[in-house]
Amino acid sequence: MPSKSRNHQLRARLLLTVLGWAVALLVFFPILWMILTSFKTEKEAVAGIQHLIFRPTLQNYHDVQQRANYAHFAWNSILLACGSTLAALLIGLPAAYSMAFRPMRHTKDMLVWMLSTRMMPAAGVLAPIYLLFRDGNLLDTRSGLLAVDTLMNLPIVIWMLYAFFRDVPAEILEAGRMDGAGYLREIFSLLLPLSMPSIFSTSLLAIVLAWNEAFWSLILTAAKAAPLTVYIASFSSPEGLFWAKLSAASTMAILPILVFGWISQRQLVRGLTFGAVK
Amino acid sequence: MPDLSITRGPVSRRLPRRHTLAPFLLQAPSVTALLLWSIVPLVMTLWFSFRRYNLLEPSQTGFAHLENYRYLLGDPSLGPAILNTFLLVGWVLVITVGLGTLLAILYDQDFFGRSVTRVMVVAPFFVMPTVSALIWKDMLLDPENGVVAFLMRSVGLKPINWFGTAPLTSIVLIVSWQWLPFAVLTLLTAVQSLDQERKEAARMDGAGPLAMFIYIIRPHLGRAIAAVTMVETIFLLTVFAEILVTTGGGPGYSTTNLSYLVYRYALLETDIGAASVGGVLAILLANLVALFLMRSIAKNLDA
Repeated sequence: MPSKSRNHQLRARLLLTVLGWAVALLVFFPILWMILTSFKTEKEAVAGIQHLIFRPTLQNYHDVQQRANYAHFAWNSILLACGSTLAALLIGLPAAYSMAFRPMRHTKDMLVWMLSTRMMPAAGVLAPIYLLFRDGNLLDTRSGLLAVDTLMNLPIVIWMLYAFFRDVPAEILEAGRMDGAGYLREIFSLLLPLSMPSIFSTSLLAIVLAWNEAFWSLILTAAKAAPLTVYIASFSSPEGLFWAKLSAASTMAILPILVFGWISQRQLVRGLTFGAVK
Repeated sequence: MPDLSITRGPVSRRLPRRHTLAPFLLQAPSVTALLLWSIVPLVMTLWFSFRRYNLLEPSQTGFAHLENYRYLLGDPSLGPAILNTFLLVGWVLVITVGLGTLLAILYDQDFFGRSVTRVMVVAPFFVMPTVSALIWKDMLLDPENGVVAFLMRSVGLKPINWFGTAPLTSIVLIVSWQWLPFAVLTLLTAVQSLDQERKEAARMDGAGPLAMFIYIIRPHLGRAIAAVTMVETIFLLTVFAEILVTTGGGPGYSTTNLSYLVYRYALLETDIGAASVGGVLAILLANLVALFLMRSIAKNLDA
């Protein structure tokens, strides 16, 4: 009997394996197809599935780089994603520290309010933000979009760091206090080294979110300060039917962030559900 | 001189108070930034919604009373826009939460290559909106050369012009593909936090897969499903890039949602007054949703 049940178990496992892989391939197919298309010629790209076997070419990657100045948009994306994350950490970390270790009567309300700013629908304030940018000569500038990306990231950064800091035993900081450590020393020499992993994963999530931000990028930038989300959108124009080049540009645009995303997926759940699911 | 008077036990979160000014200073930059970001544009939207303000007609200014509101309510695209907003949110929620629950349970099982498949399923969430919209529009759903058209032809069906005949369905498809991973990931996290012993005990008592799902897994997932629903709703209310690069709100108004309506008024028709009324509507709608979300978040803070 035991061998029979083991047999049964193995069969169930094989069935699950087939099912699991089939579903995964189906969900992943668009990305896989995009990566494959990026190595085809434009002619093969529009020939659909007939060219399942083809001679891979790097021509598209070369063309996208040469003709479209891909590096310019990639550089904007890097600056905006890393810059907004750094800025959000810089002003959000002290706030999270103070709220986690020195909660006051209204700290909870404060946190909820901060989160609520993230829920404000972008469309609701599109007109005034656009006008403020126009009048402040901020349209299509990196500093303008950087400010918006920072403000989008700030509540999430504060929220995640607050949640992490709450797990840090207060006694450790108290010990430092006894040694006469000031606030700044407390943050820099005690809290920061201790919570490096949390700060790292918070940063990864913030970078992913800023990298993929499309709404404000599309509204507020055109060329000079445009990140990759906007550059890719330019392929939607009728004269831009270059599937192979679109695929090459898209592959380059998503691969680095895909890796970041995979590393930070646990924090993503925690961060985006605001701690409701850990 | 450090304050050594620790009156509370070591369990207390509160550190001895030194300067009452310090927490204020530490929080001031964040609070100021978010206060400005949330109040100033909001007040401006409200203000503009009562003003005559078109970027192309600078001579037309002044108080408009309820003119903009009346104008927007009379706009034939407003009804469809509100309906489309709800349809988009609703269908994507049904698809992602439904499939997400099934997939979360599937990827909780033990099988060969599970970790690799998990990575594949989660991937679409990290693809930027403009990329996923264009991959779907061009390479997958194109009526001539798309993969779906090819598959339909190969089984003898006539390919559909997806964005022409079923535009909103196509958008729902794209957005669902983007958000399915979030549902799977969140629900999988919840399933995994389920006590193994409880599952084992239920199995010992002879619970089949169905009974297991109904009595053990489903109640446990409730909170996670609520979280997924609310978070997705917030993001889905403002879907924009996917519409901009695929249909441009059309054909007609069939894929215009509130976000796109506001964009059209503000940037294409340069009617700031009307755009602001749309903005006020969008804010009211989101607040209704947020009201529910905030309640459960506040509860989690205590947990």
